[in-house]
Amino acid sequence: MTNLPNADIIIETTYLIATALFILALKWLSSPTTARRGVFAGELGMLLAIAGTLLNREIVEYKWIAIALVLGAVIGVPLGEVAMTAVPQRTALSHAFGALCVTLVGTAEFYLRAPNVPPFLMAVLSMEVILGSLTFTGSLMAAGKLQEVLPQRPITYKGQNFVNLGLLGIAIIVAGVLVAHPEKMYLFPVIVGIPLLFGVMMIIPIGGADMPTVISLLNSYAGLSAAAMGFVLDSKLLIIAGALDGASGFILSVNMSKAMNRSFSNVLFGAFGQEQTGPAAAQQARPVKSATPEEAAAILAAANKVVIVPGYGMAVAQAQHKVRELYDALTKRGVDVKFGIHPVAGRMPGHMNVLLAEADIPYDKLLDMDEINGDFPQTDVALVIGANDVTNPAARTETSSPIFGMPILDVDKARTVMVIKRSMAAGFAGIDNPLYYLDHTLMLFGDAKSFVGNIVRELTGGGGHG
Amino acid sequence: MKLDLLTSLYVFMLAAFIGFEVIRRVSPLLHTPLMSLTNALDAIAVVGAIILAGVVHERHALLAKVLGTIAIVAATSNIVGGFLITDRMLKMFKASGPKKP
Repeated sequence: MTNLPNADIIIETTYLIATALFILALKWLSSPTTARRGVFAGELGMLLAIAGTLLNREIVEYKWIAIALVLGAVIGVPLGEVAMTAVPQRTALSHAFGALCVTLVGTAEFYLRAPNVPPFLMAVLSMEVILGSLTFTGSLMAAGKLQEVLPQRPITYKGQNFVNLGLLGIAIIVAGVLVAHPEKMYLFPVIVGIPLLFGVMMIIPIGGADMPTVISLLNSYAGLSAAAMGFVLDSKLLIIAGALDGASGFILSVNMSKAMNRSFSNVLFGAFGQEQTGPAAAQQARPVKSATPEEAAAILAAANKVVIVPGYGMAVAQAQHKVRELYDALTKRGVDVKFGIHPVAGRMPGHMNVLLAEADIPYDKLLDMDEINGDFPQTDVALVIGANDVTNPAARTETSSPIFGMPILDVDKARTVMVIKRSMAAGFAGIDNPLYYLDHTLMLFGDAKSFVGNIVRELTGGGGHG
Repeated sequence: MKLDLLTSLYVFMLAAFIGFEVIRRVSPLLHTPLMSLTNALDAIAVVGAIILAGVVHERHALLAKVLGTIAIVAATSNIVGGFLITDRMLKMFKASGPKKP
């Protein structure tokens, strides 16, 4: 082993540079043109910090570290290569892994230090393991729901919120006791075990469409638990990385809640999915206008400006590549085509943009809700594919609607609205959509992928059936 | 020790402010890569796990080694997977160039 007196200085310097590189990584992520440079900065920082850590003179055994690093890489590669539709569950799984790491290290640190744990240290250590373990099971549950190995419908029962808050309360009280009496080591498993249970219970009442908020919130918790670990280990690098991750998750959670016009507590404690029976059923019989692919193609071809509004249904139908063909066919005819993306379209923040970018649609055509909403009055055709609640004008006008106040894409202001939909069934929130009964709305009934494919065939004049 | 904790609190506070300011500027277009990248950066917790697994402790040596090793595996899979997928996603984002392919 080298016994350089300045080995510690070298290590600390690698940490300092890594910190700067991490901040630059996020800064460069602000624009698609510099974003990949950001990934490189992050990788370089990570490499430096790990190499620096391995220089630590107190580390005497490298065998298990080496095995663990290789094993982690072997697991990591397939996780980096999942399909873009599976990115939300991959992300949830990685929150679980991050939280697992933090919880395990925190647990070991407690037993190594107990019973002599100063109060402040015990408090952050408790925070580390409570947040870590609830994020671990919560994220596993979220990943299971997203992967559809667990039921996606929210499961609710009477007194659920009471049970959940009670569990969390017990964990916090026990943590308080440990802060005062760290020698009561038998209590420690309680502040790991109960949050593990709480994580499961917390996700049970949450439905698929609330996943963007929940994933963001779990992201924030994972970051905060890592920052707490930084306090315990007195590692500034970890505190900063955790704070950045926590801030990012928090900002995304706020964005998502705003986009659904709901508070955090409402997402976590008020299952949205309960059926809104009654008014919706009464309106089922109202007449709608429908159109064939030929008619839809003719209207689109005659338009100057088209806005396509994709929803998660488009991804479920795997229609994004057909949508790209439609984009190409219309652009070739000189039609101006843009995409209007609602913040909660998809199963995690920004998911829809990734799916469309994967289908080779240029990113400057993908516009955020706030950017596109002013354009609808000048739009000839708004084409809604697999989106429902985010286009529901009742959110603007009907105070009695459960989604009243939720910001929506104002597709109803376009000259013609076309909605591709399997049937007249209500959306996730179980709310009827008045958009479908408007005079200038045409319903295009069918599977998104094949319907868009038929429109494209009409536009490109191929096939010769028609 | 007391001063160290206070310094840590200052560091945390400043990092949180920087985080808010920097991340607010990330376009909603890139929110998915943002989450996968911060996730990979967060896995810097591996540093703590490496020390836990590599240092020989007098008490609870086996516990520290086992938990530390599992923690390294978990964090490393996040580092490798997180950077890989972030780069894959970002590669797909292309501007509409002057000529169409």
